[in-house]
Amino acid sequence: MKVVLQNLTKIFPSRNKKSGEEVVAVNDFTFEIPDGKLIGLLGPSGCGKSTTLYMISGLQKPTGGKIFFGDDDVTELPTESRGVGLVFQNYALYPHMTVKQNILFPLQNLKGADKMSKAEMLKRATEAAKLVQIDNLMERKPSELSGGQQQRVAIARALVKMPRVLLLDEPLSNLDARLRLQTREEIRRIQRETGITTIFVTHDQEEAMSISDMIVVMKLGVLQQIGAPQEVYDDPHNLFVAKFLGTPPINVFEGAVSGGKLIIGEQAVLDVPGVADQDVYVGIRPEGFIPEENGPMTCNLSSVEVMGRDSSLVTTHTASLNPLVRSIIDSDIKVDPAAETVNFSLKPHKVFIFNKETEDRIYFEVN
Amino acid sequence: MVDSKHQWKAWLYLAPAIVLLLIFTVWPIFNTIRMSLLEGYTTMQDVAGVSFNFGIGNFKNVLEYHGFITCLKNTILLCVLTVPISTFLALLIAVALNSIKPLQRFLQTVFFMPYVTNSIAIGMVFAAMFNMIIGGGARPDSVGIVNNVLEAFGFEYINWMNAGSEYWANIVVMVVYIVWNALPFKILILLGGLQSVNKQYYEAARVDSTPRWRVFTKITIPLLSPMLAYVIITGFIGGFKEYSSIVGIFGEKMGPVGQQYSLDTMVGFIYRAIGNNEGRASAAALILFGIIFIVTMINLYVSKKKTHY
Repeated sequence: MKVVLQNLTKIFPSRNKKSGEEVVAVNDFTFEIPDGKLIGLLGPSGCGKSTTLYMISGLQKPTGGKIFFGDDDVTELPTESRGVGLVFQNYALYPHMTVKQNILFPLQNLKGADKMSKAEMLKRATEAAKLVQIDNLMERKPSELSGGQQQRVAIARALVKMPRVLLLDEPLSNLDARLRLQTREEIRRIQRETGITTIFVTHDQEEAMSISDMIVVMKLGVLQQIGAPQEVYDDPHNLFVAKFLGTPPINVFEGAVSGGKLIIGEQAVLDVPGVADQDVYVGIRPEGFIPEENGPMTCNLSSVEVMGRDSSLVTTHTASLNPLVRSIIDSDIKVDPAAETVNFSLKPHKVFIFNKETEDRIYFEVN
Repeated sequence: MVDSKHQWKAWLYLAPAIVLLLIFTVWPIFNTIRMSLLEGYTTMQDVAGVSFNFGIGNFKNVLEYHGFITCLKNTILLCVLTVPISTFLALLIAVALNSIKPLQRFLQTVFFMPYVTNSIAIGMVFAAMFNMIIGGGARPDSVGIVNNVLEAFGFEYINWMNAGSEYWANIVVMVVYIVWNALPFKILILLGGLQSVNKQYYEAARVDSTPRWRVFTKITIPLLSPMLAYVIITGFIGGFKEYSSIVGIFGEKMGPVGQQYSLDTMVGFIYRAIGNNEGRASAAALILFGIIFIVTMINLYVSKKKTHY
């Protein structure tokens, strides 16, 4: 099921009636989520990603705009009639029911032509439980399950009625680090197996990047960029997106363009043909640095962290906006840890320059 | 654990409570048991140095006493009628209160008013509402608002509680009054329970297109079951101790004029035996204790099966 958001807007009225300050949680979102894909809504807290999800579910009403499932306009449709599956951040499993009863619950609500026999329901519930690998826990109560197991039950409950769209609100935030890795693979697998269009919300860029077919990056209710994870990483449209994606995060410097050269500090570090002279922000991905004796960019070396496959050079630079400049280099390249400074040349496609006012990307030709 | 060196301090801090409990709870319980086992015990005779036979004569005396069966019957009848009715009404009102937004605070206060109002005063108001003053004429001289309402709907007057009234009418008055009096506390507890239910369960139910009635029976009631159990158990305990409400409406004679003690209860029975036969009062108190104990055990047993915590 394709999901289309058209000029979707949500404005929360202010609590204090006198000041009258409204909160625009979601501002004029327009995008299309293709059928059968796994989509990550990504952004820092307060960016409107959960609000967007709840509007798609129907639990919150949009202030403006439209939502389509396929060709159906569902904007005015109540939650009950939308046929979505929703996994809550805290799972919201009914504590007084067993796992089996929890999974059966949505099926028992079906009416009319969709009504099923008891045996049919049980079969469907067992299938759903098998899919998320909890079919051996059917008689337990939620309180007797681990966080990861509860998570799976919640997914099974959302899946069992074959929703048109599956929505997950911060599905991994309550799990420990190891379980998180495992569960995100599970979500990917379950989504592949069922082929249900799945939208999940997260503030963890790594999580979104690793399993999504497409990520939607938001900030303060405004859509920043949408695309395949690698695309967005390689081609951020603005400084916010560049900073939000990637671990370790991108290194940002104050710089200037002068005569087709990018200047950081005093040094001309890169040719940027076709860019007018101006002050800019420069973002350089950690993997964009190549240590070279005669490299144009000089940083003060603080330490070298060896991680086996590659090394991380921790350096400082006066023009850097972050206290440290991190670069990740191949461990075959040896750098003397005792050296005072290290020189880098830069990979042009890992260097992004941004307008200092708007923070939008300024493109230059990469040879 | 408290360091043994400082244990005396712990005892010191506990002492005021322990002393008070010993004097006002432990000793009376012990003394009640003692008195109940001394046949024909009265305090006056005890002080005068009379010695009593040890035995279960007081218990026999209670069971054979002419008013006892009436007391037991009234008590149980009022309990069995008022606890389910008041719990059910309190549940409805609590759910309704919880689901309305405007005036919620105001209505909560309104529904809580009976709790902070003196029960004798309420009893007098209820008595006035059900009252009927019969003079010499064909029609009563004056009737309370309840009969006015009945008349407005085309019914005959009913003698609810005055001389010559029937037992069932008296019981109706008592049930209405006790239920009304018991509601605020139950509403308070149930409303508190409802408000502590995680809203996400309801959102999850909506996403799964759950019909309203099913939400109520399958989600609200089970999640509220610990509160319901509490309300029912305390309701039964309170019900078995019913006394002041009857005095509030029918006066100390506990019945309509000319039918004294027709609405007597266990506590009334005990109360009146004090001062003339403490042995019988103690035995009756222990019997009441036994009944409440058994009923509470049954309640706990049932609620353990029905509640999910």
